[in-house]
Amino acid sequence: MNGTGTEFMKKKTLEGARIPKAASYKIEIDRDRITRRIRKSNWSQHLFSLSTVFALLVLGILLYRIGIQSVGWINWNFLTGKLSIFPEKAGIYGAILGSVWLMLIVVPVTLVLGVATAIYLEEYANKGRVQAFIKINISNLASVPSVIFGLLGLSVFGRMLNLGSSILAGGLTMSLLVLPIVVVASQEALKAVPGFLREASYAMGADKWTTIRKVVLPVALPGILTGSILALSRAIGETAPLVVLGIPTLILKFPQSVMDDFTVLPIQIYYWTLDTVLTPEYANLAAATILVLLFVLFVMNSAAIIIRNKFQKRF
Amino acid sequence: MEKDIRVRQIIQKNISEKSRFADRIMPVFFFLMASVSVLTTFGIVATLTTDAVKFFQAVPLREVFSTRLSPLSATPSFGILPLINGTIFTSLIAMVVAVPMGLAAAIYLSQFATEKMRKVLKPVMEVLAGIPTIVYGFFAYSFVTPLLMRLLPGLGAKNVISPGIVMGIMIIPLVASLSEDAMNAVPNIMREGALGLGSTKLEVALKVVIPAAISGIMSSIVLAISRAIGETMIVTIASGSSKNFSFDITQSMQTMTGYIVEFTSGDAASGTTGYYSLYAVGLLLFAFTLLMNQMAHHISRKYREEY
Repeated sequence: MNGTGTEFMKKKTLEGARIPKAASYKIEIDRDRITRRIRKSNWSQHLFSLSTVFALLVLGILLYRIGIQSVGWINWNFLTGKLSIFPEKAGIYGAILGSVWLMLIVVPVTLVLGVATAIYLEEYANKGRVQAFIKINISNLASVPSVIFGLLGLSVFGRMLNLGSSILAGGLTMSLLVLPIVVVASQEALKAVPGFLREASYAMGADKWTTIRKVVLPVALPGILTGSILALSRAIGETAPLVVLGIPTLILKFPQSVMDDFTVLPIQIYYWTLDTVLTPEYANLAAATILVLLFVLFVMNSAAIIIRNKFQKRF
Repeated sequence: MEKDIRVRQIIQKNISEKSRFADRIMPVFFFLMASVSVLTTFGIVATLTTDAVKFFQAVPLREVFSTRLSPLSATPSFGILPLINGTIFTSLIAMVVAVPMGLAAAIYLSQFATEKMRKVLKPVMEVLAGIPTIVYGFFAYSFVTPLLMRLLPGLGAKNVISPGIVMGIMIIPLVASLSEDAMNAVPNIMREGALGLGSTKLEVALKVVIPAAISGIMSSIVLAISRAIGETMIVTIASGSSKNFSFDITQSMQTMTGYIVEFTSGDAASGTTGYYSLYAVGLLLFAFTLLMNQMAHHISRKYREEY
């Protein structure tokens, strides 16, 4: 290698031509170094994959632990019974009812507010300051911690409107909390409706509202529903705002109307977890309640996925 | 000809008085509905500031920035530093877990994983992100804390380490998915160019993709911090309510969110200084998270590399 290099140089100089300096460098292929680099890359790949495996592992342990702890505690009495200070007799029917009542407020309120806001932003608003302001406002609202919504609910619904810690107060607070999720999801769904559908409708003489009602909304509906179900599953699992609203610890009466006090599944889990110091069996009750809650979330998410895959049209 | 007339009739029928009225009234209705979200923001700011102002009128600033917090004692004191301290420590531990794990997951998913692995791992991440925080709180208190107690003798039943770690795990999907989006936005030409010059996959990831996606990665980390500061149930359950100002992470510390939850679920009579202190802490929390989010937006906008 060396020899040929110098010979090459000599030859060139003899001929009197200028040679660029670079030509005198030798190109050395260091096989060891390349092997090292490839090996390092392969090892790091395993290292990176470990972190995702770790997430998988945590999920597995979490589900396993909760499953183990709730074995023997989930039975008919647990699902349909009243609360009791005796762990063996305690049931979560009241909490299940409370969660259902809460949804009866949250579903209509968020759907109407969320979809209407999205329609305004996507269909009516001019691309100007008002639209930009509302959009920034919604993205900010989405990142406000849930406890803060609890304080808002406590002041406005609880004290100012005198709703106390009723289902109505809790439901309205929760609605505002998940509103940004529904708005963003609905906006995406409306954006995905192709323009030619609207134009065809206008060409038939339909006005804007008729077009939205009969053409745009039906096409966007699966997307809106998927987003709304995800928002509701957030509302079902959320605890902090309701605790701040002052949902009572022990409710022995089942709620009859939206003005009654209530408790929900997460709140029940919270109080049982706090009291495990006094009564160790409460940990089992909390785990069993978690299993019920996770099952509900699983069903809701599956429904969302099915709706997304089955009814969403692609253009 | 026949057909033409019928279309015209249909159009005439469609433009009836009734539908015209609806067409004119609906935009107003939609605008009113859209303004609810704006009202909510104003409501939050208004309720927090009015009651926080009452708090600051009753409590001198020197006391607010002291380390003594005992709202229910005979001589109440409202020093906010212990709460800020607790919030910083829990969030810090969460970040120590979430940032390396989340970034590693993002690099793996966007650079190394096969399509098959992605199809398995992405839903797992989504499931992790969808688990209610109360469940993580229970998990931290009933599993992670006892586990850590075996490893670290002297660890309190309520401590900062356990909720910090669990909060970090909860935030991994957030960091991972936002960073992965940023990495996927890096054009393939750049990857192929680097690979063509003989780089290994790792070198492409570290020297090409990450520098190109750094704005998105940074903003995902800032959003994660904001999420950790605002997280409530995990810290309330597993880190307890000690109001002492200390740096001992093996013992209980209260966070700002934990203080709000503890104080409202107790009997915070309306009109007391203790009641107003909730809103002062809430305002601080709101300001912190708002600042963080603005920062995240700013970072992702200002430092974005356009290709």
